[in-house]
This record gives sequence, C-alpha cells and structure tokens, in this order.
Amino acid sequence: MTLDDADLAAVRLTLELATVVTLLLLAVGTPIAWWLARTRSRLRHAVGAVVALPLVLPPTVIGFYLLLVLGPNGPVGKLTEALGIGLLPFSFGGLVLASVCYSLPFVVQPLQNAFEAIGPRPLEVAATLRASPWDTFWSVVVPLARPGFLSGAVLGFAHTVGEFGVVLMIGGNIPDRTRVVSVQIYDHVEALEFAQAHWLAGGMLAFSFIVLLALYTVYPQAMKGRR
Amino acid sequence: MTEGLRARLRLDRGAFRLDVDLDLPQRGISALFGHSGSGKTTILRAIAGLERAPGGYVALGGEVWQDDARGVFVPVHKRALGYVFQEASLFPHLSVRANLEFGRKRVPAHERRFALEPVTELLGIGALLERRPDGLSGGERQRVAIARALLASPRLLLMDEPLAALDLRRKLEILPYLERMHAELAIPIVYVSHAPDEVARLADHLVLLDDGKAVASGPLTETLARVDLPPSFADDAGVVLDTRLAGHEEDALSRLEFAGGALFVGRRREAIGTHLRCRIHARDVSLALSQPQGSSIVNRLPAVVTAVAATETPGHVLVQLRIGPSPLLARITARSRRELGIEPGLRLWAQIKGVALLN
Repeated sequence: MTLDDADLAAVRLTLELATVVTLLLLAVGTPIAWWLARTRSRLRHAVGAVVALPLVLPPTVIGFYLLLVLGPNGPVGKLTEALGIGLLPFSFGGLVLASVCYSLPFVVQPLQNAFEAIGPRPLEVAATLRASPWDTFWSVVVPLARPGFLSGAVLGFAHTVGEFGVVLMIGGNIPDRTRVVSVQIYDHVEALEFAQAHWLAGGMLAFSFIVLLALYTVYPQAMKGRR
Repeated sequence: MTEGLRARLRLDRGAFRLDVDLDLPQRGISALFGHSGSGKTTILRAIAGLERAPGGYVALGGEVWQDDARGVFVPVHKRALGYVFQEASLFPHLSVRANLEFGRKRVPAHERRFALEPVTELLGIGALLERRPDGLSGGERQRVAIARALLASPRLLLMDEPLAALDLRRKLEILPYLERMHAELAIPIVYVSHAPDEVARLADHLVLLDDGKAVASGPLTETLARVDLPPSFADDAGVVLDTRLAGHEEDALSRLEFAGGALFVGRRREAIGTHLRCRIHARDVSLALSQPQGSSIVNRLPAVVTAVAATETPGHVLVQLRIGPSPLLARITARSRRELGIEPGLRLWAQIKGVALLN
C-alpha cells in the first residue's frame, strides 16, 4: 500500500503552497531584513521583535488573530471583500498569507545576518565606483549575501511544508484547496490509518533531514549567517 | 572661481570638532598630514560624500558637489572621484579583472579617461587579472584597488592611508607605483597619511591637521620649513629638497644639485639628470659662523638666517635658513644661539650631517 489520490493531492498542494510562499517570503523578507540590518532607527528593535513573534507564539494564537483580521468583520476582510477578492480564510490565498506571516522570521533572520556581515565598506566602495544604491544591491549585496538567501529560502520552504496549526486555523481541511500534508497525516492518524500516516510522515522526515543536511554541508556558517 | 578642490567642512562629533576650509591645487598630490584623530579621514570621506558634513561646501574645478546653502548634494556615485581605502576592500566575489571593470563599465564610454592596459601596466598587475582577490598579497591587492579607482575615470583621486595596513616591504613595493602615477597622471590626488616619510616622498602640497583644524597649508617645501607649526609637528621638523643628480665624484660620492646649492651623498645608481627628493632633518643640521675647517662633514653650505623660534624641547630653538631660494631648518641649543648671536639676517654656514634620500 502506498499513497492514494488524496495523499498525492495533499503533497501537490503542499509543494505548490511552499513554492509560492517562499517566493513571497523572499520578496517581502529582503527589504525588511535590509532595513533591519542598515537602519539606526529606534523602531528597529520593535520591528525585529514583531517579525520574530512566530518563533515563540503558538500557531493557534497567530491563526486566531489572522482569522479575526481576515474575517468578514476584520479590516483586511472588509478590504478584500470590497476589492471583490472575497474572504481569505479557508482559501488557498488565505493559507499563503498566513504562511508568509508565520515563516517570516525564518527568512528575515538569515538575510539580516548576511546583510550585517557584509558591513558598510563594500557598499561605500561600490558607490565610489559609480554604482547607484539599487545597482549596488544587485551587483554586490546579493552575491555576497548568497548564503543568506539560500538558507532563508530553504528554511522558509521547509518551515512552510512543516506547519500545521496555522494551516488548520486559517485553512481548515478542504481537499485540494487547503488540505496539506501535515493535515492529511493528522486525518490518517485520527482514522487509525497508521500505514498511510507512515508514508507521509516518513516522507516529511526524510525531506526535512535531507534539506537541512544539504544546507549545513554547503554552507556550514550560513546557519549562523556569517561568512 | 578656483580650479582646484575647494572643501569647506564643519562637523561636530561630541568631543571632536572638525572645521576646515581647504583650497587644494588642481595638479599633483596634496597630503593631509596629521596624527590619528586629527580629522584627516573624516575630511576625505566628507569630500567623497560618504560622510555628510551639514552646511558644507565641496567643489572640484567649478563643479559643485555639495553646497548645503543652496541645497546641493551630489550623491557619491554621481561624483567623478576615485577612492582608495586603507584596506584594499576588493569585492571577494569578483575576479581581479571584474573588480577592475566594476567602475569602468559604469562610466559612459566617452567619459572614460583610462584604458585597462595602461593602468594595469602602470601598477604592474597585468599578470593578476584572472586571479581571485583572496589569492593576492596585501601589496597586490592594494595596487588592484588603486587601479580599480583609476579605471572609474576620476577627476579627483582620494587615498586614505593606502599604505598604512601594509608592512614595510609592501610599502616599498607600492611607493614607486605611486610616484609613477604622480608623474604620469594629470588628476589631483588627495593623500591622507600620518607617516612623515610618505608625505615627504610623494606630496607637492601639504595640509597639516591638528585636532580638526588645518594649521598650515601650502607647497610642501615651504610648509615644512615653517617654524611656527604646533609643537606636535616640530619634533619631526625638517625640510624636503627637490634635487637633480648632477654627477658622480671619483671618491664614490654623487653630487645632487638643488636651487641654491649642491649636496654630496653616497654613490647613487640612478642616471645623471634623475630627479631625487631628499629630506634633511633639522636635528641633523648644525651651524657655524665661519666656513668650517677641519670638519669631517662633507656638506657645508653658506646660508642666511630668516627666522628663529622656540621649540617644545626646553633649551632648543629652531632656526630657519635660506640657501639661495631653498629653505633649511636647523635645531640647535638656545645656548649656541646666544653664543653665536644668531638672529634673522645673519650669514653663516650650515653643516648637514645626514641627507635622507626618499626615492
């Protein structure tokens, strides 16, 4: 006995979700990490703390507040309804948004560390060599912060694949739309289908181990964000 | 309107206060010399725009880079300058060639002033182009950094103690390249240093900085010969003479001519006619009222006293002399001064115990 159609659908949905979320995380996390690494604003500690909240909060707390904010009476919910998008909870879009919030620190922190490790000097050198700040970011910062981008992307992807609580709170358990692998495993266990749970759970275990092993092997210091 | 570099900068950093108004010549090397903490690097960074000096004014040959009174502040990457930092700061992810091309390819083709080859040749790095920065020696790295700055076609080259991070051997390896740049490039260079020998060897114009203020600014020879400098500069008092190798004597000495006289030094290997810079420390010069007889000192020159000033060291005075148009400083005891009756206008003989050749 191997994976049935429902299992495969869950795997496909999980990979789709993690890919979309990882791309969004890099797009959102990079400017936040850059700002945190470079600013001297007093707000930086507060912003850093907010970004890190998912590291310590139970997923139910984040899920609960997202549900309120995205729901029909929440500010974002009213906005999405007014824009004709409809309500985000219990949809793939809602799952993406929740996952981005929940995995943000896993992308921001490696990036921030990588940006900080570069220091101001290479940026100054680039400026004296006629590179605009935007040019400098792409030609100097991105290549030098490559380990940070790689570990941020890998951790963001793996963490999204591995989430459960937030998914359940925001996404529910709708086949093909919000039922990801972790939820599917939960269903199998509830139904005492341990063999099927094993296939998925073991697969997750192997996936996570291989990803982390690869990361530690390629960039031993990247996990600490130092070069 | 001045054709050179004009920089009026004021900065408050807690206990440190910078307040300078510099007018530097359009050609040659201007050295900013001072002890650490005197504000040299801050001035350089503010000229480049890396540091913001509120209310400042920076202009190069009529092109205004900063004029806060009129709300002008050209961002660093739009200023045609080259900057060489104390550490080479090459981009570690790029080859030497890509480091050199970094600035060059960002300058529009019609504004490029230097081609890759002559610059790599000038700095002797032609063989390193395909190497990675981390495989280079400290001296090689700094030469690549200098070439990289030049290839960005600067109209002004700023150098922040480019030799300070190197050991003596590497320093001696780079200095000839800097001298070649000096001779072959038509762009002004502002050179920050706290090493008197570097300054004496390279500079044409000297700015002495002390505690955030420019205490003297002028042509190197004239500025070094001043007797009214703050005590922190008087310890190293001495002059620099530009000489020409005029001939070799039979007894293994060489004759160096300068405006107003000639000096003899140990045999030089350079060709006759070569320009040599030498430095004469004030403490190596003694004075006599009549032409010294029976002295082992070879260099005895007639001179006129132009000024006398007290020094920080009790019991010593600094005497400024002229040999023809060239200045000379002598450091003697106050007692000798009294006994010989040394006053401005007196004609006497200067005996020079040591001549340091800087090339």
